[in-house]
Amino acid sequence: MAEFLEFKNVSKRFGAIQAVDGVSLEIKRGEFFALLGPSGCGKTTMLRIAAGFETPDAGQVFLAGREITDLPPNRRPVNTIFQSYALFPHLTVRDNIAFGLQIAKKPKAEIDREVETMLRLIRLEDQAGKKPDLLSGGQRQRVAVARALINKPGVLLLDEPLAALDLKLRQRMLIELDMIHDQVGITFLYVTHDQSEAMSLSDRIAVMNAGRIEQIGAPAEIYEAPRTSFVAAFIGDTNFLEGVVADHPEPEYSRLRIEGLPDATVYNDKQIADGHKIFLSIRPEKIQISRDRPEPKPKRNAVPAVVEDVIYLGPTTKYWVRAGEHRLQVLRQHARFFLDEKPIRWKDDVWVFWHGDDGFMLEGFRRDDEKLVAAPPQKVGEA
Amino acid sequence: MKNLRRRGQEFFLTLPSFFWLSLFFLIPTALVFILAFRPADPFGGIGRGWTTATIEGLADPQYLAIAWRTLWVSFLSTAFCLLLAVPTAYAVARAPERRRNLLLMLVIVPFWTSFLIRVFAWKSILHPEGLIKKTLVFCGLVDPSSQLLYNLGAVILVTVYTFLPFAILPIYAAAEKFDYRLLEAARDLGARPFQAFRKVFLPGIRQALVTAVLVVFIPSLGSYIVPDIVGGPGSEMLGNKIAQRVFVDRNLPLAGGLSIVLILAVLAPLLGVLALQGKKARIQPPEGGGKP
Repeated sequence: MAEFLEFKNVSKRFGAIQAVDGVSLEIKRGEFFALLGPSGCGKTTMLRIAAGFETPDAGQVFLAGREITDLPPNRRPVNTIFQSYALFPHLTVRDNIAFGLQIAKKPKAEIDREVETMLRLIRLEDQAGKKPDLLSGGQRQRVAVARALINKPGVLLLDEPLAALDLKLRQRMLIELDMIHDQVGITFLYVTHDQSEAMSLSDRIAVMNAGRIEQIGAPAEIYEAPRTSFVAAFIGDTNFLEGVVADHPEPEYSRLRIEGLPDATVYNDKQIADGHKIFLSIRPEKIQISRDRPEPKPKRNAVPAVVEDVIYLGPTTKYWVRAGEHRLQVLRQHARFFLDEKPIRWKDDVWVFWHGDDGFMLEGFRRDDEKLVAAPPQKVGEA
Repeated sequence: MKNLRRRGQEFFLTLPSFFWLSLFFLIPTALVFILAFRPADPFGGIGRGWTTATIEGLADPQYLAIAWRTLWVSFLSTAFCLLLAVPTAYAVARAPERRRNLLLMLVIVPFWTSFLIRVFAWKSILHPEGLIKKTLVFCGLVDPSSQLLYNLGAVILVTVYTFLPFAILPIYAAAEKFDYRLLEAARDLGARPFQAFRKVFLPGIRQALVTAVLVVFIPSLGSYIVPDIVGGPGSEMLGNKIAQRVFVDRNLPLAGGLSIVLILAVLAPLLGVLALQGKKARIQPPEGGGKP
């Protein structure tokens, strides 16, 4: 199906800050699309441009083929769920939900029927007469969803809708939002800085940084095949390794010369020629850790290392290890609690190894992005 | 036990204001009430015995016309004050923070001059030889023989001028705290700018609007100086009549009777508001308030 909501070279500046910098984006009908990025990356400005609260300095916005760039918010068939929910405090839940239809001067019988349907959808029939400040955070969020959906918008815009909720509630609301999206089948544009929200809900994600889009793709694509160091470091954790392509033992695989480490075999889907410098991103959970030297296998890269830090995280443990000049983070899931094996501890000598397919060559690399990978401070010799 | 002690504390804390109000408000008001039921003696004093003649005499059409005019002038002044104060307060509240303080200063600055002087200033502004009259005549907008001063229009104008800051300040206080994202939400749901203003902003500052109505309407009911200085015989209000009975006729019981009318007129809107709020409080318990 053709693109439904489309941004064409959209730019917006606030004073000295270029909030959105020439962004083009196409969202398909019925898609759950997430704009993901750190605060200040321009994702909220994009959403406000889609809603009509901001007019772009340059560029155009199209909805279902019609240009809406200069249309005021009340004349756009889009509705927003605000981060603060922005429920009207002087109206009851029922009147909040009915607001859009009342403004549209729909007949009363129709309004009543639609409101009842919405109340059933969000399962708040028994709270309909209450004012919003008597509701819990999750209930308010659901009222905000109903108040927007009752207008049957072409696109539903969601501005960090779960940010104000605690973890357990957030997990429940995630499932609920997903169910609602499946039920109503309209296009969702979801703005968030939380990668796990974006991952679990979206059909596609656009990762934004400093007013630009770094990468657009399905969650797995973004995670497994990040194009830039920013995407690799912002979505999940990663290790960066710098190296030079030495030669191609196989057509698809290159040998990478990394300073201070043995040569590594890596998958070279981008066909980078010999002699070029590249950066590699390896996710911590793709690296394995063991006391024993792993048996050599084709495309397996193994390096001896020393454990510098052990961080127990519940379902997983994170190890910071030093291999030559490099510090790597390794994530290991506890298949079973360490009863029958000796746990790996601080200062232990270990081997870390990974398969050549799991190191991913980056197209773009910025030194600054290394700071996104939180490394613990260097330990000075304690006993 | 604990509750009882808190009750006691509350009681002692309210004692000073209770004495103050009794001494300077309740007792004088009661005296005025008593006065209205005493006969007047021809020498300006108060006679012996009791009579209801004064109160019955208030049914005189002359007084009814003045009472009606007092209500009407106060109502119009309040309406104009709100019409000016709401957009002003909205604009100030939405101005950048640094400019906001300057604008607020401008609202408050007239208080630095005595109220009397400001009313006299209006007298010279509206004077037949004054700037406004001459400009209007020059532009051919008014007849040279017309009068800007000493009429109902002048009284309403100066009353609005006098009470406007008192209306702006409470509305500004509410407008400044208002969550303007709600207006965006309303626009998002299809409301035109003015619809959003009327359906979301005005209800959001409802409490302040009530306050503004009370602080304008009640004092204008008791206006005396403004109609006395810029008004004429056709724009007399209850306050002027009371003053005349006291200073000119020296008929204190009649002045007392008129004052009762005024006090009741002041109490009526107040009690109305209190009753409305009491009803609302019963219907909707405050957050965490348990059973209604």
